[in-house]
Amino acid sequence: MKKIKWAVPTFYIIFLMLPIYWLLNMSFKSTTEIINVYSLWPQDFTLDNYKTIFTDSTWYMGYVNSIMYTVFNTIISVSAALPAAYAFSRYKFLGDKHLFFWLLTNRMAPPAVFALPFFQFYSSVNLFDTHIAIALSHCLFNIPLAVWILEGFMSAVPKELDETAYVDGYSFTKFFFKIFIPTIAAGIGITMFFCFMFSWVELLLAKTLTATIAKPIAAIMTRTSSTSGYELGLLAAAGSLTILPGAVVIYFVRNYIAKGFAMGRV
Amino acid sequence: MNKTFNQKAWYFVIPVFVLVAFNAVVPLMTVVNYSFQETFGSNVFAWEGTRWFKQILHSERFHASLGRQFIFTFIILLIQLPLGIAIALTMPKKGWGVPVCLILMSMPLLIPWNVVGAMWNIFALPDIGFLGNSLNSLGFDYNFTQQSGDAWFTTILMDVWHWTSLVVLLSYAGLNSIQPAYYQAAEIDGASRWDVFRYIELPKMKKVLTLAILLRFMDSFMIYTEPFVLTGGGPGNATNFLSLDLVKMALGQFDLGPAAAMSLIYFLIVLLICWVFYSLMMKDEGRK
Repeated sequence: MKKIKWAVPTFYIIFLMLPIYWLLNMSFKSTTEIINVYSLWPQDFTLDNYKTIFTDSTWYMGYVNSIMYTVFNTIISVSAALPAAYAFSRYKFLGDKHLFFWLLTNRMAPPAVFALPFFQFYSSVNLFDTHIAIALSHCLFNIPLAVWILEGFMSAVPKELDETAYVDGYSFTKFFFKIFIPTIAAGIGITMFFCFMFSWVELLLAKTLTATIAKPIAAIMTRTSSTSGYELGLLAAAGSLTILPGAVVIYFVRNYIAKGFAMGRV
Repeated sequence: MNKTFNQKAWYFVIPVFVLVAFNAVVPLMTVVNYSFQETFGSNVFAWEGTRWFKQILHSERFHASLGRQFIFTFIILLIQLPLGIAIALTMPKKGWGVPVCLILMSMPLLIPWNVVGAMWNIFALPDIGFLGNSLNSLGFDYNFTQQSGDAWFTTILMDVWHWTSLVVLLSYAGLNSIQPAYYQAAEIDGASRWDVFRYIELPKMKKVLTLAILLRFMDSFMIYTEPFVLTGGGPGNATNFLSLDLVKMALGQFDLGPAAAMSLIYFLIVLLICWVFYSLMMKDEGRK
């Protein structure tokens, strides 16, 4: 029985790793080898694909752009969501439930619906092709998400904490920054992880809102594959590198990740 | 938690309200605007009333992509939920296996969506992809760029690969919140494995599973980038889901009026179904 139990997750993980392995395998081959020889590991191991990416600025700037707007978005989303989540978790106010659902509806809006109006809107306010435009547009789904997760974590903190602090003579600002934020630090970390993640993986809006200067790596990949007739090796190397930032952030939140996915509401 | 009534709480909500309204209200109004008008380029508009809505609601193309979308979402939920729960139940509960499982299983969730599409494309290619090559050498006639059945199979397999972990992580979090005392009590009562699952674990997971259904429904219903890169909606229109069709209409053909009307109908369908789920979820929470 014990042995069978291990089988399910093991098979699942093997299934998950196979396509990733295949991508890595291809990234160490030259494009000619990929097309001509079918092999489970590189016969003629090469680092040329990676070399191209790290020496050509149109390639590596894609990573810089992606990381820039992702970080902007994470900072904006979390700092705006913190006070709002506090309000939702501690107070009743006129229209609170409707407002909360309205926020969530934006997480439900298909990005395809917003692609064209976003293009026109951000062009008309002169933000087209800037990092801040993508960061702001990703707020559409990241802020509702951040409010939702943070509210879950904050509601788990007993209200007595607030009241004791006020009795002890703390002002609200002092309480919020000195006591409350350290208390829910794990929750904030998780929220940042989710904002980073959803901003990092989104492409439709990021691609629509950029032309050259702020173009994300994911969009550069699609462009290269269509113009120069599938440079598969290069494509595989670029793809493999996009997995890296995600893997790094997962490592930091590994102990909270399951609770985080449950939006702090377990 | 009993909350106090305080209108000043609105001040805390203002930044979020402004940021989201900036992104949501203006573009949404643009869409509403287009949906009632005919464009002649260079900002000339003519009022069309509900013509586009009628056109979309009667168009076979829309019915077909909506149908495909519902079937796809239904299959996805049908596979991912039971599979996710099964994996969460069999995952190790303590020891070194926990972080290993969690990290490896979360990997697909953090890969940009078009990379997921591209990765599956080269993984499934019949000649140089591992999946395609293996299936063909096993005697299957597999080619996802030519045969619609294979295209569906590949798209579904890709989505299972990409998102089952979300269900696993949610269920795992739900299972972890069960006190050991429940299991001990079940053991004393001589409950079978199935009884433990049915009467202890499933009720405890109800909340996270509702969330899982909600998230999986929303995201699979909006799926765009992965099938766009993997199949491009093809072969023919076999995997042309709603978002793909919408973008083709709006950005490809510049049929702004019909595309806007379709956007609104699309959004309303998602909204309606999510509202039902959300109400159920909140009702449940209110009872506790």
